[in-house]
Amino acid sequence: MFLAWRELRFARSRFVLMGGVVALIAVLVVLLSGLSTGLVNDGVSGLQRLPVTAFAFAGGTKTDSAFSRSVIDQSQVTAWRTRAGVADAAPFGNQLVNGKTGRGLPVDLALFGVEPDSFLAPTVASGAALGTTADGIVISPTLRAAGLAIGDVVTLDRIGTRLTVIGVLADQHTFGHVDVAYVPLRTWQQVHAGAGPGDAVRPEAYQEATAVALRAAPGRTIDLAAGDAAAGTTSMTRDASFAASPGYTAETSTLTLIQVFLYAISALVVGAFFTVWTIQRGHELAVMRAMGASTRYLLRDGLTQAFVVLVASTLVGLGIGVAGGGLLSGTSMPFALSAPAITLGGALLVVLGMIGAGAAVVRVTRIDPLVALGGQR
Amino acid sequence: MTAPVVVAAGLTLSGVTLRLGDGDSIVTALDAVDLRVRPGELVAVVGPSGAGKSSLLAVAGALTTPDEGSVVVDDVPIGTLGRAAQARFRRSRIGFVFQSGNLIPALTALDQLRLAVDIAGRGLGTRDPLELLAEVGMADKARRRPHELSGGERQRVGIARALMTSPTLLLVDEPTAALDRARSQEVVALLARETARSGVATVMVTHDHDVLHHCDRVVEMVDGRLSPQDT
Repeated sequence: MFLAWRELRFARSRFVLMGGVVALIAVLVVLLSGLSTGLVNDGVSGLQRLPVTAFAFAGGTKTDSAFSRSVIDQSQVTAWRTRAGVADAAPFGNQLVNGKTGRGLPVDLALFGVEPDSFLAPTVASGAALGTTADGIVISPTLRAAGLAIGDVVTLDRIGTRLTVIGVLADQHTFGHVDVAYVPLRTWQQVHAGAGPGDAVRPEAYQEATAVALRAAPGRTIDLAAGDAAAGTTSMTRDASFAASPGYTAETSTLTLIQVFLYAISALVVGAFFTVWTIQRGHELAVMRAMGASTRYLLRDGLTQAFVVLVASTLVGLGIGVAGGGLLSGTSMPFALSAPAITLGGALLVVLGMIGAGAAVVRVTRIDPLVALGGQR
Repeated sequence: MTAPVVVAAGLTLSGVTLRLGDGDSIVTALDAVDLRVRPGELVAVVGPSGAGKSSLLAVAGALTTPDEGSVVVDDVPIGTLGRAAQARFRRSRIGFVFQSGNLIPALTALDQLRLAVDIAGRGLGTRDPLELLAEVGMADKARRRPHELSGGERQRVGIARALMTSPTLLLVDEPTAALDRARSQEVVALLARETARSGVATVMVTHDHDVLHHCDRVVEMVDGRLSPQDT
């Protein structure tokens, strides 16, 4: 490392330039990571916060339309309740609706219909619990930004059903970028049937829900395939059901692809820099070879330089990215900084950069010490 | 009765032949070369370009392995060593002085000497770098980098760097190639003085006939062969 440090100081402008590129990539990694986390939160945080192991949808339901097309009935809930490993099974309704507040402001809601006494009932941070009144809804705190508060009334478009805000949840609950409002299952069933105030509701509508929400007994697993066969459903784990959130797969896969490209670009940039750097140093490396420097000595020297530059520039980039991302967090942009995601991104930048540098620095093993004599033999 | 062990201190080349290239383009760079350089002796190798002078340095410095013959430095047949062992041998027993010094641009004069110790392993640095720089008249420029030194000064630092690990054999490649007449005399005089002072066996390849009077012996190389009177 004797030479590595001194060369870093001596050629600092070159290393700063290269480090600047890595730092910029690190900034982008943070921003994309924040956007990715924000979009995941916006897309499926409502599902993530449900104490659910799996959902059983109507038989034959495709993943990408599961929550919008699936309709199950009470008998399927009952069938699942008796399955081995199932601690709880309850009907779960999910429907996107449009409405207006009392002040005429449009508001979109992801109505989660649950039985107030089931394991799906949400815990409110303020206000009254779900089920206190038949038309009472418990909303995600993100709806406060739309101007909703406890006591406000939301009137649903077309059917005119009036829902009153009675409670607010602690954390963001959204589904498909729409804020979640929990509603008693019976009210949800009326809305789902398209029945407004005073309208007759077909009796079987009160047997319906979107899916059976399943919770496994502690330490047990649920045999989903066997349960599906018995109940006539198509089930998937909660995490697999995220793909049923509108736009979720397209958004996350696009961002993942961009991030993968960023990592690849970073590795290539670092590899290209150290290739040129190693070629430029060819003669002095040959001199050191002639002086008896071992391959390990030269590799350690080159890789130390790469590691120092990568770690320093990644830390600077992450710092700038976090500072900039902090400003975005309070805006309407779906953006959330996640320490594990940022740490992983930074670590990947360093590791992949080291692989790029390693591929370049390995050239020192092929340096011929005879070059130090001018190569004239 | 066991024959007495003869320790061949310095450098001994016996029947060394080195062929370069392959197929129809094989060139005999060294042709059955015999050379003996004793500790404290400065031997100059002169000859036209392409005569094999640098090949002689490469073979003597364990940078390449001869096709025939033996190369013995301090009783060690270095031609038979593996590459890693040759590198170990070079860093502990052989010093190189290259054309124009071939100093590392990022390092000060003092650090050039410390680098030699770092490469050799900290325990092998047997000389004080500042003292050695003073010995070659460079103590006042110890903090300067190569681009801040003249050609003669760079060569002085190069000589000090080569002596840093107290080598047995010093191999010097065209030390005056980039120097004017006065600087050339100074540098070779310094080499002669250090050779005598440190007892190192020194082989100097040069085109410069004006500096040969500083040397203990001069051999001429033509077409890969050393002049008969000096072998």
